[in-house]
Amino acid sequence: MNLLPPALAALGYLVAAVLFILALKGLASPRTARRGNALGALGAAIAVVVVLLSTDFHGANLIIVLVAIAIGLVVAVPAARSVRMTDMPQLVALFNGVGGGAAALVGIVELAEWSGATPSVATTATAFGVLVGSLSFSGSIVTFLKLQGLMTSRPVVAPAAPVLMALSLLAGLGLAAAVALTGNVWVGVGAALLGAVLGVLLVLPVGGADVPIVISLLNALTGLAVAASGWAMGNTLLLVAGTLVGASGTILTLAMATAMGRSVSGIMFGALRGGSTAGSTTVSDRPVRRASADDVAITLAYARRVVIVPGYGLAVAQAQHAVAELVTVLRARSVDAVYGIHPVAGRMPGHMNVLLAEANVPYELLIEAEDLNPTMPSTDVVVVVGANDVVNPAARTDPSAPIYGMPIINADEAGQVIFLKRSMRPGFAGIENELLFSPKTQVLFGDAKTSLRAVLTALKEV
Amino acid sequence: MIDGVTILTLFVLAAFVGVEVVSKVSSTLHTPLMSGANAIHGIILVGSIAVTAPAQDWALIAVGVLAVVLATMNLVGGFVVTDRMLEMFSANRPTARPEREPVTGGQSR
Repeated sequence: MNLLPPALAALGYLVAAVLFILALKGLASPRTARRGNALGALGAAIAVVVVLLSTDFHGANLIIVLVAIAIGLVVAVPAARSVRMTDMPQLVALFNGVGGGAAALVGIVELAEWSGATPSVATTATAFGVLVGSLSFSGSIVTFLKLQGLMTSRPVVAPAAPVLMALSLLAGLGLAAAVALTGNVWVGVGAALLGAVLGVLLVLPVGGADVPIVISLLNALTGLAVAASGWAMGNTLLLVAGTLVGASGTILTLAMATAMGRSVSGIMFGALRGGSTAGSTTVSDRPVRRASADDVAITLAYARRVVIVPGYGLAVAQAQHAVAELVTVLRARSVDAVYGIHPVAGRMPGHMNVLLAEANVPYELLIEAEDLNPTMPSTDVVVVVGANDVVNPAARTDPSAPIYGMPIINADEAGQVIFLKRSMRPGFAGIENELLFSPKTQVLFGDAKTSLRAVLTALKEV
Repeated sequence: MIDGVTILTLFVLAAFVGVEVVSKVSSTLHTPLMSGANAIHGIILVGSIAVTAPAQDWALIAVGVLAVVLATMNLVGGFVVTDRMLEMFSANRPTARPEREPVTGGQSR
């Protein structure tokens, strides 16, 4: 349809761009976050209506496009609505990946329509969009497979990985340059394939704990690929929206890395340099003090202050409701029970807050690590539910540990520590936790939900 | 087509705005913010539609349609999943608690 003149269409895009800025601004504060997201969705809806009304469609292409949108809706909306909150990080990774894939495909269609355009800023931008979009696609698919447990979450380092990576990078850049110079669509397809290889090589060596930061980085890259498409097509909305995401995504990636005490280059290339994310996968056979559910119930019932430190194990066991009930029961017995939330507990910064909010845990009981640590020496019991690395004192004491420097919850300073663990397997970082073998530590083995239910039953008889 | 310098200007200004709006965000909101930004780059849907519209060759239409499907998933799925995360935060307010409490209570023995 060609109902909107270009000037009006440009105005519509301006409105959408402003709504996107307001969306990001709103999302940065808890009070306005939900409204911010709604403003973003409104901006997107306006932009799609504008492009449908202002573009000349050839033949039946309008119908075909509308059907394609409907297919996308039918696939994505139920997935987004029904995903369990524990699986949400990989869904975000998947959505990011398909966005990158779309940006790469748009570049290829453009190259075909220009059919051998002269070298220009537009062909250069298209080359960038194709290479980076496809890198983001394949990289996100690998992060999805890692988080979904379809492949190992440990760093995978191929033999001669640095050489392989350098060669693919050179070849990728070479093909992108060839696309910029020739505008040839088949060279573009080659660049897309190399981008996909690069994405896989880039993400494979990253360890499970660092995957969220990589998702954030790939998110920023997809933003830049979209900005490049906007540049190539002379579409201001794509340019502005893509750049916004590229810039804010970069800042967010750095902020997440800081919260985990990691550097972005250490995350991406640490395993290649022979170390920092590659940890041991061995299961320790050193003895630990085992506790029964009754022991745990008695320890908790007669404590004055208890801090619960939830981790990803709690999320996997879907134990957020059980842990919320434990805290309610303890508080009813006038035990000062609170939650100690590490910034990266769960699989992404803030993930644990989302999971506990789902179990209706009052916000006031969620205490962040830095506010919690000064009170640790006066805390009687710390209960660590399915967490490990976030209470590992090696982060403070062992400069050779991969997590050294990461802010942790100082559980070792409390009177007693109780671990609810499935097994002695180390956490994501793949290192042993000395705290497990401390004389003040007891371990209750088993699925977090089953263990918590057993403790709750035992508590009723104390 | 807009000239290169105008586009460069837009790019630089947008980059500054992007940095400015997300600085000083609490780590609690990192995940929803990343997810929201993720949804916004789904706007590549507009580009996908624009390149598919004039296509005449069936192969190009097919590639364009694939781009439209993927971009729609990114855009719509992204906003829906972000809203679900944020819904959890607001369900947390005291007013919303009593209705959910019997559910938790019912699970106890």
